[in-house]
Amino acid sequence: MLKGGSRDTGMLLMERSVPGRAGVVTPPLDVPEQPLPDAAILRDDLALPEVSEPEVVQYFTALSQQNFSIDTHFYPLGSCTMKYNPKINDEIAFLPGFAAIHPLQPPDQSQGALELLHTLQEYLGEITGMSGVSLATLAGAHGELAGVLMMRAYHHAQGDLGRTKMAIPDSAHGTNPASAAMAGFDVVTLPSDKDGNVDLEALHELSGPDLAGVMITLPSTLGLFDQNIVEVCRIVHEAGGLVYGDGANMNALLGRTKLGDLGFDVIHLNLHKTFSTPHGGGGPGAGPVCCAPTLEPFLAAPIVTSSGNGAGPSYSLSTPEQSIGKMSGYHGNFGVLVRAYTYIRTLGDAGIKSISGNAVLNANYIMQALKDIYYLPYDRTCMHEVVLSADWQRPRGVSGLDVAKRLLDYGFHAPTMYFPLIVHEALMIEPTESENRYTLDAFIEALRQINRESEDDPDMVHHAPHTTPVSRLDEAGAARHPDLRWRPSV
Amino acid sequence: MSPEDRKYTREHEWAKVEDADAKLVSVGITHFAQDELGDIVYFDLPNVGENVSYMQKMGEVESVKAVSDLFSPVTGRIESVNNELVDHPELVNDDPFDSGWIMRVVLEDLGELDTLMSASEYDEYTGAS
Repeated sequence: MLKGGSRDTGMLLMERSVPGRAGVVTPPLDVPEQPLPDAAILRDDLALPEVSEPEVVQYFTALSQQNFSIDTHFYPLGSCTMKYNPKINDEIAFLPGFAAIHPLQPPDQSQGALELLHTLQEYLGEITGMSGVSLATLAGAHGELAGVLMMRAYHHAQGDLGRTKMAIPDSAHGTNPASAAMAGFDVVTLPSDKDGNVDLEALHELSGPDLAGVMITLPSTLGLFDQNIVEVCRIVHEAGGLVYGDGANMNALLGRTKLGDLGFDVIHLNLHKTFSTPHGGGGPGAGPVCCAPTLEPFLAAPIVTSSGNGAGPSYSLSTPEQSIGKMSGYHGNFGVLVRAYTYIRTLGDAGIKSISGNAVLNANYIMQALKDIYYLPYDRTCMHEVVLSADWQRPRGVSGLDVAKRLLDYGFHAPTMYFPLIVHEALMIEPTESENRYTLDAFIEALRQINRESEDDPDMVHHAPHTTPVSRLDEAGAARHPDLRWRPSV
Repeated sequence: MSPEDRKYTREHEWAKVEDADAKLVSVGITHFAQDELGDIVYFDLPNVGENVSYMQKMGEVESVKAVSDLFSPVTGRIESVNNELVDHPELVNDDPFDSGWIMRVVLEDLGELDTLMSASEYDEYTGAS
């Protein structure tokens, strides 16, 4: 590859700039020239690259082709549920009636869109066993914040201002403590017991008149279903607290277990994980909040309500009486909600149930095939993801990070590393239901091969990846001395 | 093996007497801690003049793996902090027991150190002995 060739993404657009080159030639002025009201707003100190249109297209296309994505690679990034996003989701979201609608269009002109939102609220309520649903929150952590604000509003409405503590297990999703802190709670860590369940003794100790509630991720980030979950809910409720459910791992439970039936009071869902809407840098996301009747008055606005008046259903937007207020400008990320609705309608009851079955089967298949060579800290049937450890490779000089980087050379996205924090050298693998057995077998073989390499040539693994456009990046250097701006070389 | 001239906590901090008359001790994290954290990229340091108490949070450390709380192994008033760590957090990876110190504290009671672990107890605790 020649330097400056169209596929050389190492040469930035700024470096390709040639004075006078342009992507667009504007036509000559054919109207009388008018002076600007304030010429001082014009500036010529902004350095923009002067490049042609095909150069720009080739450059960004080449960059996009270097991506790992769910359309190109197996992507077992634990806790992120990087499942395939069916193209029919986009097809429906692109229908002009959905894509071209304006958020301020009056309700009588947008009954179809409102009906879709209303039906989606009902589907999500049915799937989670919750009576109230708000679609207004735009991402998982945004939903968490809304949920804990609702918990606070509930306690305050009872005149109970002393509940300042939020208990969060050490195996919970990583954003939970931040959400609780943002809502003004003091975060207390709840330890796990030897089986990876919430330590009930520690929970008993924490449960008192100052406990606002607990935030539980089910299954936990260990990929385990807490066997004491009903007891956990009972203890918290007995102390006057509420139970929050982080729905990040709902892919394991779809169609089988309803969090509402287990005793959860309020939860959020990640439509961009469980319901196959775009994810990661390709977002935007959606994190609807679902709740039990006691918390319904506090839901974020707006929610879509239906009032049949004889001439067919009529849908409108409403604000619950003691709402925590608006969490976003309009109705949430509407295009994302259309995609999730499409996914649910495409699959139906039986299809929804098959998701969790296959997701759990795939994770256990990987666990059984690898637990002889990668340490398995919690040797139990796992749910939708398995947490292995590189503890057995570490003495050979190969860390979890090295294993993850080496996987890139085999054409697989890396699993989540070093999380949850309670597992040393954690490798958190979530295959999702999207992959077939051939892909899983190839992934397993790659990890077995990397284990052999950790014995025969640990140094090679330690410096992986070797086949990617850039090799091992200096993460520490980048964080210690960030260099975020291009400057012309002098 | 950990240096024997200081005491240790279960949260992997050390405290070393610098001047017994002034009840001045220096505080840092152990070699084991920096090895577990991996490359450290940022410290949120406490302020000089503030009071710290035993096992209360005194700051945060961020590595390429995770953000972790730092706990004070002692009770007293902060006399100085190691501002070198702002630009060079890697000092703690390279030299955790010496130039990678985090803060110096004037203790209320030097006897407090007696409750902490000795070097051999700490090494046994971390499985390093």
